[in-house]
Amino acid sequence: MLAKRIIPCLDVKDGKVVKGVKFDNHEIVGDIIELASRYSNDGADELVFYDISASTKNEVVKNKWVELVAREINIPFCVAGGIKTLNIAERVLNLGADKISINTPALQDPELITNLANAFGSQCVVVGVDSFYDGNKYSVYAKTGDPKTKYKTTKDTVSWVKEAQERGAGEIVLNCINQDGVRKGYDLEQLSLIRKQISIPLIASGGAGKKEDFLDVFENNCVDGALAASIFHKKIISIGEVKKFLIDNGVNIRNGN
Amino acid sequence: MSIVIVDSGGANLTSIKNAFEKISSQAVVSIDENIISNADYVILPGVGSAQMVMQSLISNNLVNVIKSLTQPVLGICVGMQILFNSSEEQNCKCLGLINDDIKKFNLPKDKAVPHMGWNKVIFESEQLLSNYYYFANSYYAPITKDTTGICEYGIEFSATVQKDNFFGCQFHPEKSSNSGIKFIQNFLKY
Repeated sequence: MLAKRIIPCLDVKDGKVVKGVKFDNHEIVGDIIELASRYSNDGADELVFYDISASTKNEVVKNKWVELVAREINIPFCVAGGIKTLNIAERVLNLGADKISINTPALQDPELITNLANAFGSQCVVVGVDSFYDGNKYSVYAKTGDPKTKYKTTKDTVSWVKEAQERGAGEIVLNCINQDGVRKGYDLEQLSLIRKQISIPLIASGGAGKKEDFLDVFENNCVDGALAASIFHKKIISIGEVKKFLIDNGVNIRNGN
Repeated sequence: MSIVIVDSGGANLTSIKNAFEKISSQAVVSIDENIISNADYVILPGVGSAQMVMQSLISNNLVNVIKSLTQPVLGICVGMQILFNSSEEQNCKCLGLINDDIKKFNLPKDKAVPHMGWNKVIFESEQLLSNYYYFANSYYAPITKDTTGICEYGIEFSATVQKDNFFGCQFHPEKSSNSGIKFIQNFLKY
């Protein structure tokens, strides 16, 4: 049986790790290499590097950072941010990334998912979905890295994750915007709904604030991994502590030590 | 201690190179017959398909060179699979050093393929190595008499093999954190 994964995420803006609340008001929380190294040593099962300004500024994720992080860590490494062509994806993989995650570029060009999967295999193509609940339905947002560029797409979350899977995505990261950065727990209702639509791995993102939130999302049996940022950046709890708590409660988790 | 990582093509030799560079200052990536033959340890990485890796060895005249190596050789992922007679992936003939064939996972719908993530490996003799390792594979090696470590995903399969001086691991030690480092260090004791 595959172990459930704990995945810290570095949201990077202008060379620094930042964290916002509900995708807004980003503040600097730390140094890229220092955090990458700490998380890798602390038992993270995977690291996500997300250049949040890349898509909003029409830039490509910075080569130097990907290379430095890849050299620093020895766990699976997923890179996101402005990867909108096969050439860019190939370059990022050659720099040491194991997976590439696409979000806005997939919405603008859904065919990109298929092209990436055909070129590099589904296993390294992750589709990130920024989903917002307006009291009525879950809708997909694009260019969410900056509040000034963020917009609501015409896609609803349920049909978009199905389409992403059909087009060749190997994994879905569901970012629940309503929960982002507020540390009130994962959106179990939405995650359960999405779980039923797809058979590829689903990663929860947005809302982790305490160790019990991780237990809730795994006991609910709707996700393969849980992504978190501010709870780890702000040292509210360490990855090691979360993992020990989950192992003690019978979740299939890799002891990082 | 010289280590050569065979440049069998495909993207992403970077992580394997990074991992071995941390352990030895004499780790090089090469496709040169002399460098490979004279190294203390030979690493056979494999990204992509068995077909791609075999094609690369054939076009560089390395098939017989690899088969006749006497120093410790470690095949990683597809690099392990090509130690077998053949792979079901594009029906590819492989090196034939281990007498069995690589098969495609045929699993119930709730088991996604590729088998991807951290899974537990049980080592029969070197029990201290038993731990979680990172896998990403759609094809698997059946349990054979040369199996040294076992993993389970719907069925049991070979996570590691050894036949004489030829070692193989289906997982990615370079991505398996501390357990991966221990596994590599253990290999470098041979």
